[in-house]
Amino acid sequence: MDLELMINSFPKLLNAAVITLKLLSVSLIIGLFIGLFFAILRLNKNILINRFAYGYSYVFRGTPLLVQIFIIYFGLGQIEYLRSTVLWVILKEPYWCAIIAFALNTGAYTSEILRSAFQTIKPGIIEAGKSLGISNKVIFYKIQIPIAIRQSLPAYGNEIILMMKGTSLASTVTIMDLTGVAKYIISTTFKPIEVFIVAGGIYLFMTFIIHNVIKFLEKKYSFN
Amino acid sequence: MELLAFGDTGWGDELFYATLMTIAVSITAMFIGFLFALIFTPLKLSKNKFLNFIANSYTTIIRGVPELLVIYLFFFGGTGAVMFVASIFGYNEYIEINAFITGAFAIGIISGAYSTEVFRGAIQSIDNGQFEAANVLGLNKFGKFFKIILPQTLRLAIPNLSNVWQITLKDTSLISVTGLVEIMRQSYIAAGSTRDPLFFYSFAAVLYLLLTFVSMKLINRLEVRYSRGY
Repeated sequence: MDLELMINSFPKLLNAAVITLKLLSVSLIIGLFIGLFFAILRLNKNILINRFAYGYSYVFRGTPLLVQIFIIYFGLGQIEYLRSTVLWVILKEPYWCAIIAFALNTGAYTSEILRSAFQTIKPGIIEAGKSLGISNKVIFYKIQIPIAIRQSLPAYGNEIILMMKGTSLASTVTIMDLTGVAKYIISTTFKPIEVFIVAGGIYLFMTFIIHNVIKFLEKKYSFN
Repeated sequence: MELLAFGDTGWGDELFYATLMTIAVSITAMFIGFLFALIFTPLKLSKNKFLNFIANSYTTIIRGVPELLVIYLFFFGGTGAVMFVASIFGYNEYIEINAFITGAFAIGIISGAYSTEVFRGAIQSIDNGQFEAANVLGLNKFGKFFKIILPQTLRLAIPNLSNVWQITLKDTSLISVTGLVEIMRQSYIAAGSTRDPLFFYSFAAVLYLLLTFVSMKLINRLEVRYSRGY
């Protein structure tokens, strides 16, 4: 056990963890909006719209995240037309490609979580709102969304942790996140176990924090 | 389309074999995962605090650390560990472990953590009366487990195990970093030599979708079979 290496690599890995957290938070915020948008589409009675939203979540949940990143990072650059548009400013950066892939991926899972949350809301609650003369819009924003958020918190907490693990794939497109730096240190020192303990420890610590924050929120917003 | 031709001119046959490789690694990993679950589920359900602690550490660590990091640990550390064990027995030559075994083992350990949780949940949700009834009937330990507990556990576990299978199948794409030629690695090679990454990675996505779609259909059948009588 090389303790010196573990101590020396700790600050480097901690710095890299900041990049992991940045990737995670940005893609979660974008993904939440995507998820909400598609969850609402899923509740639509129009079959075509419904199918489209289902297809989106099916494709993104049925393929590995690695494929999605590679299609966006390596694949889209191949389209000549895209290179001449403003989008290219974003798409030539591996950082943004990773975020787009993560956001679309977590958006697909989030849309499923929110959809099932919306569907478990008892019709009586909405009817109660209607009989009080509240408009549909207000019912949606003030009654349905808060209840759906409460319902989906446990599942969404899992999704956040899964996504945090997913951000490790950013290292495959040259981003030096926690896993990227860990791999670099492993391949230069050939001490995989020591580096794994430190990097894994940082990941576990982040998982622990997320888990407890979600638990706290669940308690805060619980009905009883 | 000629990019997908079989033979020397296209990548069809290579991608076909790569798909078989993905299926083989996934099944092997799932099986290794079951073996881990077989060891750790009883530990989780045991009344001994220390055994509980071991099993909980296993599932917590694996589910809290990225799959890619675990794969790097095995990829870079696997050879060293095996050579260390071999050196105890006096064998000091260089040993190279096959990428298939390293990959299947790494994914298997991950899959095992999820399977353990699934089995634990399923066994815990079996009514206590079933255990008591089995005792009353005078069944021995094996009869109790195989004839009464296991069939009911499977019925409850199969829907969740199908999720574990999906996760395992998708995780095998990460083994491509170790150089094992499965779908992802083959697409990477093909994309590099034809300079057509968009086509090959999209095709890889289609292959994965096909695999998840077909396996879901098969698992649904199993589900129906095991819920006979309910």
